[in-house]
Amino acid sequence: MAELLRTEHLSMEFGGLRAVSDLAITISEGEIIGLIGPNGAGKTTVFNVITGVYRPTTGKVVFAGDDITGWRPDQITERGIARTFQNIRLFETMSVLENVMIAKHVRLKATLSEAILGLPRYGKARQQHYQECLELLEKVQLDDVAFEQATSLPYGKQRRLEIARALATEPQLLLLDEPAAGMNPQESLELMEFVKRIRQEFDLTVFMIEHHMEVVMGVCQRIYVLDYGVTLAEGNPEEIQNNEKVIEAYLGAVDIDA
Amino acid sequence: MDKHAKLKFILTLLVVLVSFGALYIAQGTMNSFYIRVLNLAAIYAILALSLNLILGFTGMFSLGHAGFMCIGSYVAGILTMSPASKEIIYFMEPIHPLLANVQWPILPAILLGGIIAALFGFMIGFPALRLRDDYLAIATLGFAEIIRIVVTNVIPITNGALGLKNIPSVDSLLVYWGCAIVTLIVLMRIINSSWGYAFKAIRDNEIAAQAMGINIFKHKLLSFTIGAFFAGIAGALMAFLITSIDPTMYRFTFTFQILLIVVLGGMGSLSGSVIAAVIFSILMEVLRFVEQPMNLLGLEISGIPGMRMVIFSLGLLLIILFYRRGLMGTNEFNWNWVLNRLGIKTSHQGKRGEAN
Ligand SMILES: Nc1ncnc2c1ncn2[C@@H]1O[C@H](COP(=O)(O)OP(=O)(O)OP(=O)(O)O)[C@@H](O)[C@H]1O
Ligand SMILES: [Mg+2]
Repeated sequence: MAELLRTEHLSMEFGGLRAVSDLAITISEGEIIGLIGPNGAGKTTVFNVITGVYRPTTGKVVFAGDDITGWRPDQITERGIARTFQNIRLFETMSVLENVMIAKHVRLKATLSEAILGLPRYGKARQQHYQECLELLEKVQLDDVAFEQATSLPYGKQRRLEIARALATEPQLLLLDEPAAGMNPQESLELMEFVKRIRQEFDLTVFMIEHHMEVVMGVCQRIYVLDYGVTLAEGNPEEIQNNEKVIEAYLGAVDIDA
Repeated sequence: MDKHAKLKFILTLLVVLVSFGALYIAQGTMNSFYIRVLNLAAIYAILALSLNLILGFTGMFSLGHAGFMCIGSYVAGILTMSPASKEIIYFMEPIHPLLANVQWPILPAILLGGIIAALFGFMIGFPALRLRDDYLAIATLGFAEIIRIVVTNVIPITNGALGLKNIPSVDSLLVYWGCAIVTLIVLMRIINSSWGYAFKAIRDNEIAAQAMGINIFKHKLLSFTIGAFFAGIAGALMAFLITSIDPTMYRFTFTFQILLIVVLGGMGSLSGSVIAAVIFSILMEVLRFVEQPMNLLGLEISGIPGMRMVIFSLGLLLIILFYRRGLMGTNEFNWNWVLNRLGIKTSHQGKRGEAN
């Protein structure tokens, strides 16, 4: 399988704090990969560096053959990486459908003056995006709430809307930052089924942060374990479960959590 | 999508036609004082609408509006004054020979006023829009002040501190309200377009907007430049309304008045801005008496200039403390509401009903 994402010697420092240190990740097309680690391990920072929110202190990020280090977040989105956020970031004044349609703005093949004058090229393009987004909402079972205020949805649906919005950018790689946070085991399980399903349906590669190890074990083919910014281990679920260092640094913490 | 779209379009057209008819009749029957107040209201409406685009819809805390307005005023004034007046008025230093003999008609001068202001908006936005919030406010405030100081000092072009006089007077309601209505329609179309939603996405959550592929800087600059354009148009109209202008008119306090209107009308509501602009202009006249000497229960009070602004500032304070949404919040006047009141079910309401 072809390589999709690769990081080389990736480090991110905040002042004196090394949030990510010498990270080397390789993800192939079609994989579902997990990134786990205790609180403050640097997981979100890895996503922020990959998506261009931060410029890494050293190292580089290569996506589908392009060195995307230092690109702006919107350029990286355009290149094919979409993400969700650990703390939900919806457009609060907009409806569910409008939230998803924002992603289509950059794909609009018409100018602002065409929009102001109401010329057919704009109207047609917009209408088409409207249909596409409605269909997308159907696929993720949010079509019944399409015209509701996004922030009025129950928590679980807000999470799903964030994923739908990311899908609307038509990504190759989807980054999910703790998508199951705040969910009970049953809900987490359903969400993981949902992730598997959209990966099939949208032909995606998924890179997922999870705090709770059990959740990722069922879906991920390979898992990276981070602790204090350092990669502790990498491997398939069994290998991770049996890794001494991981058990020491991570599983202990989970037990205390639980 | 909307089975009442045609009805709404006809209603809108009707309202526009009726308002133009009303303007035409008002022009013939109202006394010149009232016409002047209404024209001022139109200018305030344009200013509030354009600041609302920047502040209310894109979430950029810019305080440079008086500066853009100043540019519009001067461009329109210089372009339309007669060569004879220019020769008389520019007595500190003669006017630059290139400008001495130009005398444009009103409408192209208004348009160029807007375009030059937009150009400045673009140039100022380029460095300033890398900043956010209070830093952006301070930077734009500074730039507006720089514009004013430059205008005071390029005497061969602007006649410096003496300002311009004998700018052709325009008192036609059609010109002022025509511009205001065009501004409203254009901004409404922008706000409801894909671009408008991109602006609102930036306002709601910049990081998420960027993750949706939106180039934040480009869109902020676009919104800022469009805002500056309409502020320039309003400035040009102001020049024709009061016919003599000087740099002191365009101090920060002017931006503050516009800010007040925007907040009063509701940040993120175009119709709110128009309503608030009309209320503000009328109140400014009605409250004129508070600045005159008066006899309060046997107490002689001499006139206090600026008292009206004190009242308005207190009003602003009260709004921000107790009614932050303003008159309209982020709502717009819309036909659905009117139609529902008239007992006609609109499609959108129906959809909601089904969903529940
Ligand atoms: N912008 C920033 N400035 C300074 N320090 C930061 C910044 N972002 C993250 N950090 C620090 O980097 C470390 C890693 O944070 P990060 O959010 O990546 O952890 P995480 O693994 O996602 O944790 P959690 O499970 O709590 O989400 C933390 O110590 C955090 O305080
Ligand atoms: Mg995190």
